[in-house]
Amino acid sequence: MAMLEIDRLTVEFGREEAPFRAVDGVSLSVDRGEVVGIVGESGSGKSVTSLALMGLIDYPGRVRAERLRFDGQDLLAASDRQRRRIVGKDIAMIFQDPMTSLNPCYTVGFQIMEALAVHAGGSRAERRTRTLELLEQVGIPDPASRIDAYPHQLSGGMSQRVMIAMAIACNPSLLIADEPTTALDVTIQAQIMDLLRELQTRNRMGLMLITHDLAVVAESCQRIVVMYAGQVVETGAVEAVFAAPRHPYTAALLASLPEHGSYKSRLASLPGVVPGQYDRPRGCLLNPRCPHATERCRAEAPQLRSDDRGGVRCHTPLAADGRPTP
Amino acid sequence: MSATEPVVVEQEKPPGPWLENWRHFAANRGALAGLAVIVVITVLALLAPWVAPHAPHEQFRDALLLPPAWSAGGDARFLLGTDDVGRDILSRLLFGARLSLLVGAIVVTLSLAVGITLGLIAGFFRGTVESLIMRLMDILLALPSLLLAIAIVAILGPSLANAMVAIAIVVLPHYVRLTRAAVIAETSKDYVIASEVAGAGLLRQMFVNVLPNCMAPLIVQATLGFSSAILDAAALGFLGLGAQPPTPEWGTMLADARQFIQRAWWVVTFPGVAILVTVLAFNLMGDGLRDALDPKLKR
Amino acid sequence: MLSFVLRRVGLLVPTFIGVTLIAFALIHLIPGDPIELLAGERGIDPARHAQLMREMGFDQPLWQQYLNYIGAALQGDLGRSIKTREPVLTEFFTLFPATIELSLCAMLFAVVIGLPVGILAAIRRGSVFDHTVMGVSLAGYSMPIFWWALLLILVFSVNLGWTPVSGRIAVAYFVEPVTGFMLIDTLLAGDTDAFASALHHLVLPSIVLGTIPLAVVARMTRSSMMEVIREDYIRVARAKGLSQTRVILVHALRNALIPVVTVIGLQIGTLLAGAILTETIFAWPGVGKWLVDSISRRDYPAVQGGILLVAAVVMLVNLLVDMLYGLINPRIRHAR
Repeated sequence: MAMLEIDRLTVEFGREEAPFRAVDGVSLSVDRGEVVGIVGESGSGKSVTSLALMGLIDYPGRVRAERLRFDGQDLLAASDRQRRRIVGKDIAMIFQDPMTSLNPCYTVGFQIMEALAVHAGGSRAERRTRTLELLEQVGIPDPASRIDAYPHQLSGGMSQRVMIAMAIACNPSLLIADEPTTALDVTIQAQIMDLLRELQTRNRMGLMLITHDLAVVAESCQRIVVMYAGQVVETGAVEAVFAAPRHPYTAALLASLPEHGSYKSRLASLPGVVPGQYDRPRGCLLNPRCPHATERCRAEAPQLRSDDRGGVRCHTPLAADGRPTP
Repeated sequence: MSATEPVVVEQEKPPGPWLENWRHFAANRGALAGLAVIVVITVLALLAPWVAPHAPHEQFRDALLLPPAWSAGGDARFLLGTDDVGRDILSRLLFGARLSLLVGAIVVTLSLAVGITLGLIAGFFRGTVESLIMRLMDILLALPSLLLAIAIVAILGPSLANAMVAIAIVVLPHYVRLTRAAVIAETSKDYVIASEVAGAGLLRQMFVNVLPNCMAPLIVQATLGFSSAILDAAALGFLGLGAQPPTPEWGTMLADARQFIQRAWWVVTFPGVAILVTVLAFNLMGDGLRDALDPKLKR
Repeated sequence: MLSFVLRRVGLLVPTFIGVTLIAFALIHLIPGDPIELLAGERGIDPARHAQLMREMGFDQPLWQQYLNYIGAALQGDLGRSIKTREPVLTEFFTLFPATIELSLCAMLFAVVIGLPVGILAAIRRGSVFDHTVMGVSLAGYSMPIFWWALLLILVFSVNLGWTPVSGRIAVAYFVEPVTGFMLIDTLLAGDTDAFASALHHLVLPSIVLGTIPLAVVARMTRSSMMEVIREDYIRVARAKGLSQTRVILVHALRNALIPVVTVIGLQIGTLLAGAILTETIFAWPGVGKWLVDSISRRDYPAVQGGILLVAAVVMLVNLLVDMLYGLINPRIRHAR
């Protein structure tokens, strides 16, 4: 049994009668020590999935799932108090923009020690020692002088390191990183990714890496989950999916990578954008943008079909040569 | 394009700016209620000589301090009762509405006109002129508004006209600051530079190009200015520094009524209700206008 | 921090000079010359008039008179009240504690109720509670407080007899003025009955004076809180597994307070203006009532000095608010 199991997770916003499904029947799992990449354009529901997992979807958002289990504990049935014992301790999260993710009114040390105080306890002095240790671990030079700094005194890269220190403070077994490098300078991005990988290996954490950067996925992940408009469209081992994507959307994403120029001839890019609340098409959600769309695609929504290679949600998945199979 | 592509429905014409603003405004029920109350009060004020049952100064010697018509001892002739010299309170309130709205209108017009001019000057001629005007406004802002109004009335002497001048001066800084800020923001935009290149004169630049684009915050401020003018005029009247008795001004009426507070609740209650309702209506409308006109808050 | 303070003080100087100009102009813009004003309605014979003009320096050029005025003012000489013949400064500071006491209680009333109500309304955005708070606070903001005072007197003093109608303390008590603050003086005197009476007298005026600040604080807290709750760092705090209470009170409130403190500071001016009305109605012996009385008895030196002093107090309070702002907002404290 996987450490994290999500089965048919649905998150809806808006009115009860005409809801907007930000996440639509998403199933995925993460094992201890495993790195899973979740990929998709903005608006594909990647972040909402992780927020739902953390219990951070507020009213009027509605979260439903067949199963949402972590380490055998049912997160949906858990009370607020029980959930808070897991969230922040066993499951921790790093957010996209480190500059706005730290509270401007409190020192870096205070914000890390707070997480320790809630979950680990210990004396004030112990927490301070542990915090210095954590800052050291995430590669912040001269932690003793930074521990009492305010967030506005740190650069973006430093802030993200602080966020990582905060997340790993209680030795979580699952770390969710929601586009951890998007808001950073290119030179810093690689450093942060290296740090995350190093920490993941050393602490044997499960890592759920949400990104739209396929290069990062190729380098860091074992499995990939591709999402489109709130649905999982393809899953599988990274090498297999990169070698032969079965969903036209995955193929298009890969084609945008310079290394995968071979697909460029057929699917250089997809026209259009992810459908929003009011322009969801009938049938397959990708059909208005898909070059292989058929009458069936416009009429009937495909199901996610799984086999030993993974899953794909397409009526006519692509074969190894990149052509659709009827 | 395939046949199943959704047929593009003929697009509705996008609403004009006025209609669009009105829709935003009308979506706010409080603002709409405020507007309705203002319309009613304005109509009543305009028609006061015809709708008021009596003249505002007419004294009924046989009917001193009569309670409202519905309570025991009331007289159907005097719906809201009479005051200590037998004047009909309802009639006085109706004529008082004229004064209050007039005060609001004059104060807002006066402060808008002077404020916009000073603000345009400060915004267009930067440097010494600007700092001179802005420092002057800072000084006005350093004093609590009512205190400054009192000081000005102390200089000019107590009367409704002087109270209006005082209130107009007191609220001036808000308009000047708003206009100047808007002008500075607008003048850096391309269309102003373009028309300057095209040879538009300074006055044209000020009044035709820039001013209309800074109107939104000014309209909101003017609406809120209406309510504060009415409130301040009533306060001055209450302190004996505004309209003088027997003028049926709401604040002055309250000052007269104070001594009868133990005996006749109605002389104290109704003028206050009139002030509160009018001021609240303008504030509601101002809030609604701000939400409708402020592009930052739209959507 | 020191340079921050010095810069703020520097900004105040031109404003204060402007206020002295207004106060100075007050005496000179009033129809009739100052000696005639001093003499009042009895009139004065021309020889004595000329002599007084010379003695009091009114025959000098205006700029000279202004400099004299400033010079005297800086030494604490604001002239003498025509009515009491007391120095204006002494009179002001005898009465000022009463105004401070009333204003502080009013502010306390506003903050103690306004903050939690605003926070709750923000958390329960769109609820019945929220709508009620917004509606009531707008009504409070639109309230003519002189009428509100009369209404409260009508209900609580006249009809229910719960509270006294006017004054600071029942006439039966005499308390030696030490600090000028009735609550403190009664305690110093060890007279708990007198303390209770003083407190009793404070209730209605504080509510009246605190009504508009209450509305402003509640609305400001709500909108500021609503903005802060959407911030990323609030989500991060919740992702840490903190309780809702801790997220709101520790992480959101501290940030939401920054604009609220500014608004509270700005309310000091409104408060002093409101004190003029409140003190007049409740016969509260503070500077507000004194100013209005002075105007109605045409005691111009008192009016002149009073306006100058009130303006100075307002500017001083605004300065303090700026400092406080720096204390709760680390970004300001460290900037520059």
